[in-house]
Amino acid sequence: MVALQAPQGRLMPAILDARGLNKNFGAVTAASDVNAAIEKDSVVGLIGTNGAGKTTFINMITGYLKPDRGAIHYEGRDITRLAPRDITRLGICRSFQIPQLYSSLSVRENMLVALGVVLRNAGLGGFFSRREPLVPGYEAPVEEVAERILERFGLTPYRDRNAQVLPGGVRKLLDIALTMAAKPRVLLLDEPTSGVSAEEKFGIMEMVMKAVKAEGATVLFVEHDMEVVSRFAERVLAFYDGRIIADAAPEAALNDPEVKRYVVGALRA
Amino acid sequence: MDQILAVIADGIIYSAWLFIAAVGLTLIYGVMKIINVTHGSFYALGAYAGASLTGAWIARGLPVEWSYAVLAAGALAVTLVVAPLIERGILRFMYARDEVVILLITYALFLILEDTIKLIWGVNPYFAAEPYALLGSFEVGGLPYPTYNLILVALAVISGGGLAWMLQSTRVGKLLVSVIHDPEVSRAMGINVDRYYMVTFAFGSLLAALGGSFTAPTVSVVPGLGVEIIVLSFAVVVIGGLGSLPGAALGALIVGVVRSVCVHYAPELELFVIYFVMAMVLAFRPRGLFSLAEPRKI
Amino acid sequence: MTRDRIPLVLLAIFLVVALAGLWTPPWALFILTIAFAKGLVALGLMLFLRAGLVSFGQALYYCAGAYAAGALGRYLGVSDIFLMMAAGAAVAGLLGFILGFLLAKYRGIFFGLLSLALSMILYGLLVKNEALGSTDGFNIRPSTLFGVRPDLEWLRYLVALSAAAVALGAAALVHRYLGTPLGRLAPAIKDNEIRVEYMGASARHAIHVKYVIAAVLAGIGGALAATTVGHIDPDMAYWTTSGEFIFMAILAGTGSVVAPFAGALIFAVIHTTAYDLSPNTWQMFLGTSLLLLIVFLPEGLWSLFRRRRAG
Repeated sequence: MVALQAPQGRLMPAILDARGLNKNFGAVTAASDVNAAIEKDSVVGLIGTNGAGKTTFINMITGYLKPDRGAIHYEGRDITRLAPRDITRLGICRSFQIPQLYSSLSVRENMLVALGVVLRNAGLGGFFSRREPLVPGYEAPVEEVAERILERFGLTPYRDRNAQVLPGGVRKLLDIALTMAAKPRVLLLDEPTSGVSAEEKFGIMEMVMKAVKAEGATVLFVEHDMEVVSRFAERVLAFYDGRIIADAAPEAALNDPEVKRYVVGALRA
Repeated sequence: MDQILAVIADGIIYSAWLFIAAVGLTLIYGVMKIINVTHGSFYALGAYAGASLTGAWIARGLPVEWSYAVLAAGALAVTLVVAPLIERGILRFMYARDEVVILLITYALFLILEDTIKLIWGVNPYFAAEPYALLGSFEVGGLPYPTYNLILVALAVISGGGLAWMLQSTRVGKLLVSVIHDPEVSRAMGINVDRYYMVTFAFGSLLAALGGSFTAPTVSVVPGLGVEIIVLSFAVVVIGGLGSLPGAALGALIVGVVRSVCVHYAPELELFVIYFVMAMVLAFRPRGLFSLAEPRKI
Repeated sequence: MTRDRIPLVLLAIFLVVALAGLWTPPWALFILTIAFAKGLVALGLMLFLRAGLVSFGQALYYCAGAYAAGALGRYLGVSDIFLMMAAGAAVAGLLGFILGFLLAKYRGIFFGLLSLALSMILYGLLVKNEALGSTDGFNIRPSTLFGVRPDLEWLRYLVALSAAAVALGAAALVHRYLGTPLGRLAPAIKDNEIRVEYMGASARHAIHVKYVIAAVLAGIGGALAATTVGHIDPDMAYWTTSGEFIFMAILAGTGSVVAPFAGALIFAVIHTTAYDLSPNTWQMFLGTSLLLLIVFLPEGLWSLFRRRRAG
């Protein structure tokens, strides 16, 4: 494994710490001794060709997959064996490559479901509670918070449209907005700009990053578009064949010969 | 010892009957992925057609020996009329819908057919015991068994064996297996999936109708005959695995033997135990005993 | 949204029943009471339908509630209608709680088939049980209310009024539940259960809760029906009974807590008139209606009253 020095020393504590992760699916090695310590409030880009292990890495963090060996710690706590819903409740939320929406509900109703879950996990808004609970983190009633979030992501013009009939870029935005509704401490974005037109890509990332910076959160995003990566990531983890072959600042990582050969080169003819 | 023989004999006969009753249901599910509640209607239709035709046949003084063919003819006739009506007329437009919705549609059709039967045949019972009486009885463990029951066993073996042979060894059978695994790909390969659906539905229903018509000589044919068959067939098919032919055989055998044991030793449990086994299978191995374990959903 | 008006609507219905009931003939009050009883079961089914699940065995709880009420009368001499309903609720609720652990893991056709199997298990047990009268079942004495045995003329009216109070009250509670985050989760579970998990909620838990609520409602309905009819038998657990409830729920749709009662009332009216006119075509009529509903009005009759969604 070619490892470049991690940028700046460990100034901030690691909020997410993956140690010695290994995962095999039969003969396929999806993760081979993966180590990564993610600093609080950092923005990390995960790059690599399809099948390199980026999504497996994310799936292990979110609890969808359990590593064969190794452990993942979040704020010092071992989360390796937890179920996805428990990991979400701890503050690690993910968005999806193919937007996962509630297709028969409107954009606004989608958001209301997400906020409802936030209320529920905080023990509010139940059957026996008083009428208008305030959503934690926003200190306002649900309907108002929903409008606010939709506005922040530019979704207000679509608020009453069925999620089914939204254009691609808007679906992506809604998916990300739903993920961020819970104000996660760690945000995992799976290809946030894929399936989106070239003009919209930067717009989406700008919107997301602006919202993230306002809340303060750690961001990991999987991305195939190197321009997006170099523009928004502070640090890049490059995957190949289940291993991390580079771990550095974007310019250094993207110019690394191995990365060029196995990741960037493979994507540019 | 005699009692054990009786339990086994009873079990085999009941299993055979269950198999005939359920095999059509599992075939239709396997190919079309629908749970067909009209299965019970075809059973009843077969029973009524068989009984009434046999009654008319006997009344004309025609030879009883041919009544078996009459029973079969009755089942065939009624299937040829009703099955295409249902499949081409209604079901064909609904395949895109959710499987629960299709089940409810077949349930609605079942209700309609129940009353249709009453309108055609009236509400008085039909008896057609001659084919049954003709064959006399034989002894097992000191107890008399009607020889007619062996026909049921033979029918079960023939239909099961025949289907298995067809699926394995004939060209039609292999194409059918392709449709079972993936209708989309089959369509793309040029197989006329719609026609396979229609034929499967007709054939599965015919099996149900044959079950009904050959059972008719042993019971009095009354309205509501199809109602109990439906849940029993569900139980057999679920236990063995939806869509599995060997599963239907195994399911029928299990239910038949278990019920036989209960009838002899613990009659209060007779009805309960069948559905208990069904629930157990659903709880621990929902796809049935003869299936690959499915990847777990969330 | 009509959301906030529902409690008033329910209250209005109760008042209408209370006033109009004074002039209504006993046979009509009987039908109304049964409609409330069965409507409760359909209300429970509605909770599932919203989450995309259909239970083919609600008759299990309907029958369990009925037999609980019956046993209370037969062995303890109780005839108070409210105690009967409470017994039905308790027994059905406990049963639902236990079975819910198993059922909440299933979806689609398997949920349906398992619920069916469980209801047929109860049927099978009851049919062979001599102590409880096997296929004949047994009778229940006329109800008393709070220890008072009303005259026969007043009995039907007071029973109908009690039924209305309990049913509409239950509807109001369910309506409130539907406004909570857990209640709102149903359509989300139906659309995208995986997303629900990733949002941090447990679909299984939500379904378990709905299952218990539906069981309690069905148990109350069963007890109510039992005391009204004065007789219980194992047919209350048979799958055809579950089929009737499904018909009512589909007729009603998932739009409002009032709809299941309307559905049950329409069913009761159809049943009485169609059956009297021609007992041998009643099922055909039911089947045809169900078919037409599924094909043309899958959202239930209620969808006729709702505004079309944009997009």
